[in-house]
This record gives sequence, C-alpha cells and structure tokens, in this order.
Amino acid sequence: MAEIEWPWQYSFPPFFTLQPHADTRAKQIAAWKSLVLEYYRITKQAVVDVREVHTNPLFNNTNINRKLPSEAVLIILEELGKSGNASPLDKNKQRWLVYWHTLEEWGDIIYNWAQENGFVGSVCTLFELTQGEDTIEQEFHGLDTEVLIRSLKTLEAARKAELILFDENQGVKFF
Amino acid sequence: MNRFEYADSRLMPNEVYARRDMAVRLYDGDTKTNFEGGELILTSHRILWGRPGDIPRGNTCLSLSLRYVVFFEEENPGPFSFGRSKKIILHLSEPAVDKMPGPADNSLYNYVKLSFKEGLDSHFITQLSDTIIKRVWETSTTGLIVLNNAHDNQGNSKLLPQIKPRTGIIGIERSLQAKQKETDQNISLAFRDLTKLMDMAKDMVAISKTISAKIRERQGDITEDETVRFKAYLMSLGIDDPVTRDAYKSSNEYFEQLAKQLAYILEEPIKEVGGMMTLTDVYCRVNRARGMELLSPEDLLHASRRLAPLSLPIVLRSFDSGVMVLQIHSHDDNAVVDRITELLKERESMTAEDLAQSEGISVLLARERLLVTEKYGKACRDDSIEALKFYPNLFLEEISND
Repeated sequence: MAEIEWPWQYSFPPFFTLQPHADTRAKQIAAWKSLVLEYYRITKQAVVDVREVHTNPLFNNTNINRKLPSEAVLIILEELGKSGNASPLDKNKQRWLVYWHTLEEWGDIIYNWAQENGFVGSVCTLFELTQGEDTIEQEFHGLDTEVLIRSLKTLEAARKAELILFDENQGVKFF
Repeated sequence: MNRFEYADSRLMPNEVYARRDMAVRLYDGDTKTNFEGGELILTSHRILWGRPGDIPRGNTCLSLSLRYVVFFEEENPGPFSFGRSKKIILHLSEPAVDKMPGPADNSLYNYVKLSFKEGLDSHFITQLSDTIIKRVWETSTTGLIVLNNAHDNQGNSKLLPQIKPRTGIIGIERSLQAKQKETDQNISLAFRDLTKLMDMAKDMVAISKTISAKIRERQGDITEDETVRFKAYLMSLGIDDPVTRDAYKSSNEYFEQLAKQLAYILEEPIKEVGGMMTLTDVYCRVNRARGMELLSPEDLLHASRRLAPLSLPIVLRSFDSGVMVLQIHSHDDNAVVDRITELLKERESMTAEDLAQSEGISVLLARERLLVTEKYGKACRDDSIEALKFYPNLFLEEISND
C-alpha cells in the first residue's frame, strides 16, 4: 500500500467537526472529498462502510485523537455521489462504492486503452483488465471489480462494448 | 413543704399526664424528709408524689400545685457530696390561704428539693419547664380562683387585692409574655385581613374587567360623565387604568422612562466591560443600584426593548442562541471579530473559557463572541469530547493564500 501524503487539514482538529458556517463548510467538504478520493486511489479501495468508518485511518486521526462523526461521513459520501464519484450499494446508504474517476471517465480510459492496444473487436476477461500483465502500467490496474463492471456498463450503454457475464466467466467485448 | 397537700391521685378533668419518675425523695428545704423512694408524677397542673404503688391504686398522695413554682434549678453538687442522686430545687411562692391540708403546716423554707436517687432524666427538666410555661392550670381554674378570692376578701383582710396574680421577676416575665402573645395575634389578624384583601382584589379586578369591556362595547351608550366617574372609582381602587390595559398605554410611559434611566446609568459601566453586558448582569447591577425599589425581570426586559426605538446610546441585542445583552449603540461586531481573530492566531485555539479569562468577560459572552467570529467566517470549531474549541478559519484562509 502506498504511503499517503496527508494534507494539512488532516492534522487540523476542526477538520473533524462539521462546520456550521456555510462557506467554511463548503471548503471543508471539498477538502474532505478530495482527500477521500485521493486516499481511495492510493489504497486502491472502493468500498466505504459507514458503520465501520472509524477503523479507517482516513476518518480517524489517532495522532490528534479526532474522528469524523458518521453523519459527516454520510454527508461527504452524498456530496461525492452528486459529483458522480460515489454511489450507495444498499438502500440504507450504509455501504458506498467510491471511485476517483467517474464511471464514464473510467469507461473512456478503458476504451482508449483497448483501442490503442488493438483489443477492439475481441474479448477480454475482467481479470485480464485489472490483473493482467498488459495493464500493469494502466490506471485501472487493480480496480475494484464492481467499479469495473459499472464503468463497462456505461460503455455498453454507449454501444462501445458488450459485457459477457456468466457465473465464472466475466468478460467484455469491445466494438 | 407546707405547700404540699393531700390529694386524690386521680387526675382532674383538664389535667394531662406528662411523665413519671421513680425513686424520688422529697426534701423540705435542705432537710431530708421521710418521703423517700416514691413515685413522682408530673402533670399539666401538679407534681404528685406517692409511695410506690399508691398512685396506680388511686390512693391519697402528696400534691404540689405547679402554680406555686416560681423558679426551679438543678442543684450543683458541692465538692464534698459523693451521692450520685441528682437534686432539683423548686422555689415556691407563699402558700395559698385556701390550701388543702398537707403533711406539714409550717415550714422554714421557701423551697423544696426533689432528689432523684436513680439519676435524673434530662427530659425531666425540659418537660417541667414546658408545663410551667404553658400554665394550663390557669386557664382551667381562673374562674374558681376569682370566686375563691371574692369569698376570701370578705373574711380575710390580710389578703392583698388581686391586681396581678404575681409580682416580681415572674410578674415581669408574664407581662412580657402577654405582650408577645398580643403582637402575635395582631400579626396573624393583620395577615388574615391581607388575605381577605387579596381575595377581594381578585373580585374587584374581575368586576372592573367586565365593566371596562362593557364600556368599550358600547362607547356611545354611556355618558362621558359616567365613564369619568367609573374611571375615578377604578383609580381609587388602585387598579391602574384597566380600560386600556391591552394597549399598555400607561406602562409604555413607564418603560420609556425606565429605558432612559437604564441608558443613563449603564452607558459607562457597559463601556468599561467592553461594550456588551448580558441582561442578567444588567439586572443585578440595576437592582443593586436601586436598592429598594427593585425591578422585575419582565419590566427590565420590556424597558430594554424600548431602548432602540428611543435611539438611546445602548441597545438590546439577542444572539442567535437566545442570549440577550445590552450593548453600546456604536458597538461594532467587526472590531470584536478582528480582535478575536488576532487572539486566535496568537494562541492557535481557544475555548470560551480561555477567552473569558483573557478578556475578563463572562463565559457566556465569550462564547457569543466566538460564535459571532465564526459567523463572520473568521473562526472554525472543533467540537470534541474535551470542549468546544475555536481555531482560526484555515479553511477559508488557506484558499485565499493559495
């Protein structure tokens, strides 16, 4: 896991209290959003469970003994959802999928890679895409499968690919 | 000893039993008598002494009427007395003429002693003094005594006319007591009157309300003369202008005057404490200054609300949190915010308590100031279990620096 360079806010106690002043709060949430995405990009994680956020160093800075309350975490996730960087996995909004590129962006990135490497018209397994040797240099290497499927679905909707999902075999065909 | 009389050990109709002590010996003055090891009964009227078992059987016993007792004391044991019995000395007044026969017709002494062989119960003294103070025997037998006296006066010229039952110290004490009783009664009487007045006042207010409502209803029907007269009645009752009560006409003037006074007396003190004073502090200060004619919190609040419309140098201000303060009209939030921003930068973080200490203001006010600063976007909060701390608003500042 790569080392994260925490921003200055991370060691600033007020960062962990939701600010009542509107402008301040906007800045605070913006800072949180970028920090969350940055953290998930570097750690290559995708799922946030609101019930377990405090096991996550992101929301619990033990150095200054501050935790971000769950309500605030939820607000940040909803803000991320608005900008297309997160979506809830269940109705209670307890588990969230977080992605530092929006699904459309991911789709484009993958499709560009397929075009450049001559995979258009052929089938790739999802394992090949995220774990294969061809994609080690790519940003989507190691991407969460759920995020991958969702971004490929955007390609499918744009008629650039077709998902092939059997029990064991998960693949995609690019057009 | 000659005050004792033979008596029936049964209690008289009004008599109330108080207590019983065992193994008591009687002394005539300082000399021992052969009345020893007896039972001593204290009642509301008398002290009864009987041989063991006599009193329960209802036999004749010795009786000393408590009205003879002028004064009693506990005997201090001398340095050479080794007996463990405690003695009480009863100082007695002259025997009454109509006294029943007793064990002794003459005595050299004006006092008797009760010797408690088995130790003296400390309650005996308190109970004895209680019964003597109550003087139950007087209330029940006054009639008899007066009759007796009237009878005696004819045959006995030696007897003094009864002006007061007793003179001397006891007489003075009694007259004092009588006076006290009188004042007591007067006071309770006065309060009874007062409660009556209050009851009446309620009715009066109710009546005046209905009448004033009627007057308002049909303004034209009642002649002006009648209205004036009615108002005069109400005034004489001390009810202030209930006709226009809803409009607060007269209280308005009062509050305006009060507001002016507040502005006059508080302008300097408020400036001294930094341009702002909580209403509670104001309340205390004003009432301390007024001394007697105290203001009610409501009146103060009403008067404070009148400050701004009268364009006086101080105004009432309510914070979002509901805290109300009086502040100098020229008071500038920006100045406060700047000052606090500076302080925050100096110290990195502050709680309301820190600010209150450093600025010498109340914690409540300090908190309000920090909240104002936050509202101006110059501070941000850190709400943890430790305390609510305020920090310089780096969120906004860092961005503008970038």
